[in-house]
Amino acid sequence: MTSPTERIVIVGAGQAGGRAAEALRGAGFPGEILLFGEERHEPYERPRLSKSVLLGEEPASAAALHPRAWYADKGIALRMRSRVEAIAPKSRSVITADGERVEYSKLLLCTGSRVRPLSGAPEGLAGVHYLRTFEDSERLAAGLEPGRRLVVIGGGFIGLEVASSARRRGLAVTVVERQGALLDRALPAEIAARVASLHAAHGAALRLGVPVARIHGNGAVKAVELADGAELPADLVVIGVGIIPNTELAETAGAVSADGLVVDEYCRTTLEDVYAAGDVTNHYNPILERRVRLESWQNAQNQAIAAARNIAGERRAYAEVPWFWSDQLGTNIQMVGVPDPAMQIVWRGERLAFGLLQDRVRLAVGFDMGGEIRAARRLIEARITVPAKRLADTAVRLKDLLTEATCSASTP
Amino acid sequence: MSWHEVPGAEALGDDEAMGLVLKERPVALVRSGGAWHALHNVCTHQFALLSEGYIEDGCIECPLHQGRFELATGAPKAPPVTEPVPVYPVKSENGKVYVDLPD
Repeated sequence: MTSPTERIVIVGAGQAGGRAAEALRGAGFPGEILLFGEERHEPYERPRLSKSVLLGEEPASAAALHPRAWYADKGIALRMRSRVEAIAPKSRSVITADGERVEYSKLLLCTGSRVRPLSGAPEGLAGVHYLRTFEDSERLAAGLEPGRRLVVIGGGFIGLEVASSARRRGLAVTVVERQGALLDRALPAEIAARVASLHAAHGAALRLGVPVARIHGNGAVKAVELADGAELPADLVVIGVGIIPNTELAETAGAVSADGLVVDEYCRTTLEDVYAAGDVTNHYNPILERRVRLESWQNAQNQAIAAARNIAGERRAYAEVPWFWSDQLGTNIQMVGVPDPAMQIVWRGERLAFGLLQDRVRLAVGFDMGGEIRAARRLIEARITVPAKRLADTAVRLKDLLTEATCSASTP
Repeated sequence: MSWHEVPGAEALGDDEAMGLVLKERPVALVRSGGAWHALHNVCTHQFALLSEGYIEDGCIECPLHQGRFELATGAPKAPPVTEPVPVYPVKSENGKVYVDLPD
């Protein structure tokens, strides 16, 4: 396997980079581990940045994976505020912005993603925020004062979590989404409508199906003008219109990229001894039988762990049903699987919905239904057919549906 | 240490859990594979009740982020949890279930 002189270089010290370093040691990798990050913070997770940090319940520092001393204890060299500028695959080395050349035995890219800018948004206007980093979150949290008017541009998860936190802090909130429904990429419209009702019930104004024309202000933001001519006065604007995977470093070195850095189920890029994990990848999912690019906590953590194990010499495919959660207005929303426009939607009570294709469960979305979502994941993994009627019947345990189907499948 | 009866425990099916508060302490009582287990009911990662989670293969999985704890020991078995949850002794006598809690 690996000799003590081997050196793994990890580029990107976010959640994925941090978890990968941890998993390398967990797998018994004895060599050097170098973790390069552009930010000044040790690896942290982002979910809290749009929730508890904005609510003022905890500081952004609570999002750290481990305290700094932990890395020293594990023999993981943290190289913070250090940008890797280039990869030289032939000499198996990376080059930092300072011109330092660092050789690797294997390289793991956890370069993540960056916010997608809203085209036409003015630069340097006070009160206009994006939310991605530790500092973004602290800056925004400081501006969430009761009575102020917030316009959120983008009805995706980030925008809605910001809207939720701001409503709970007493701001007047309007969410603008150019698509006709919230969470357009993530959920079938019928289920997303439930999320819209939740926000409306808590007093947020929703403007769906209308794009933003321009943001007005002079030094500080004053209003958001919509394409239909409406002008929304604003003290604060938060833009959440998606993220872009940071593929350029690997692309420049010759790696293949197609809506994310292309990796196989063992997290290998098309460059020899170069692996990738987390937001940046476009990977083959053996359960879904197709390629996906995921922007989730689960993927950042578990694909990174899978990559680390493969680097350490195990051969284990990364194969999980995509799972995601969001906390909004006191409701924990979880989804497992992937949406499809052709899905049949089946409700099981008021708080759990399934998406079916040819009687197979492909998606489940729950509102304060964590335990049931986990059972639903099993149904998706098993790729069995389940009659919609049984699924809708709350008297039938989801676990029992799995057993029934397994039994009938094994009967000749 | 003292034993506390758990009312309604017998209604639990296999691999099911109930949440309760005993002596101001949140407790998850679990029936799994013919055995009873009692754990502190709050996940060590972020606030969530384990009794609302999923039970499988001798572990209970947190409903919030899917961290797993071993039922018998409370040991962390899957990220993001790294700290164990306390576990408490359980006994079943004459159709009644009791949990032993520290004073």
